[in-house]
Amino acid sequence: MKFSYYPGCTLKTKGKDLDTYARASAEALGVELAELPEWQCCGAVYPMAKDEIATKLSAVRALANARDLDTELVTLCSACHNVIKQVNNDMKTDADIVLRVNNYLKLDTPYNGETNVLHFLEVLRDRVGFDELKKKVVNPLTGRKIAAYYGCLLLRPSKVMAMDDPENPTILEDFIRAIGAEPVIYAMRNECCGGYVTIENPGEAKRRSNAVLDNAASKGADTVVTACPLCLYNLKKNGGHDDLPVVYFTELLAEALGVK
Amino acid sequence: MSHNKNAAKVEQILRSYGVDVRKCMRCGKCTATCPAFDAMEYHPHQFIYMVERGEVDKLAASPSIWHCLSCFACMERCPRQVEPAKLIEAVRVAVVREKGQNHLKPEDVPALLDEDLPQQAITSAFRKYSK
Repeated sequence: MKFSYYPGCTLKTKGKDLDTYARASAEALGVELAELPEWQCCGAVYPMAKDEIATKLSAVRALANARDLDTELVTLCSACHNVIKQVNNDMKTDADIVLRVNNYLKLDTPYNGETNVLHFLEVLRDRVGFDELKKKVVNPLTGRKIAAYYGCLLLRPSKVMAMDDPENPTILEDFIRAIGAEPVIYAMRNECCGGYVTIENPGEAKRRSNAVLDNAASKGADTVVTACPLCLYNLKKNGGHDDLPVVYFTELLAEALGVK
Repeated sequence: MSHNKNAAKVEQILRSYGVDVRKCMRCGKCTATCPAFDAMEYHPHQFIYMVERGEVDKLAASPSIWHCLSCFACMERCPRQVEPAKLIEAVRVAVVREKGQNHLKPEDVPALLDEDLPQQAITSAFRKYSK
């Protein structure tokens, strides 16, 4: 099972754990994540304006490269995933954006949204299968109570992300069960932690992230997992719960597979 | 601002974001679900009818446009697919597209860094706040 893999800026720097534990786990699961050559930063926020073209180009370059390599494109960071999947949707559905992007890029073969984009969680669920994953767990996290934090970017807008039910998601909970732990369901799991305003308005980021962790703690979680480096930073720094560790889901995966 | 110039600005905002403000039925669900609503002077549902009434300058001058968390909750949960987040971004972008109006400047960044701050925070802030 071979995929093109887009790590993104943060996974090469402050978010290395998200990347290295995913690579180690993928290897253990027989999944090859081939890093896309010469990828560029996606910009971390999807530009919603239809007349914003330049800000969408780096995502299209990644998508077109994966297409040329005849592979699906796997992402890991929630923000990269959101940006690349939404830009890909534009390239499938918005003729004006398609025309202007292709005029700009002058690719050998124009890009028209051919690449399928998958989050690594979708690879685990839909390609490996959680049942198969469960069979490969050597160190089940029995007795652990883990709260999945989806945040905003993994699920929304749901028509485009099409990964899970945006209000009652299960992919992370099913993942938690597959690695032998017990998922903790709490109301704030798909509400924003305020990470995007951590620079602009730290007070707001504190209030939001504290509300998330208060809720997870009140439901008895011993750990919170996320797929987003900004959520991880914000929840840890501003969440006000030193008693509640926040880790990448890939770290727990690597632990369960015995490759941490 | 003259009436015509203002109308052109509203039209530009609606066209480049593909939002139809007339679909709004004023249910207020966007504001009820907005995690930043209490930090905002004008709430998401107010953005809709203020743009409809052409009050873009008032929105552009309000700190509310910098409080949006870009979490897409209002877009996801709007029962009429009006997508308020697009309008809030539209007003913010209309501001930073004007010369000299960048809300975040590169020289401000070093003071904002800490040891653990992910690149994603800076990249996203530039995309949201600067042109």
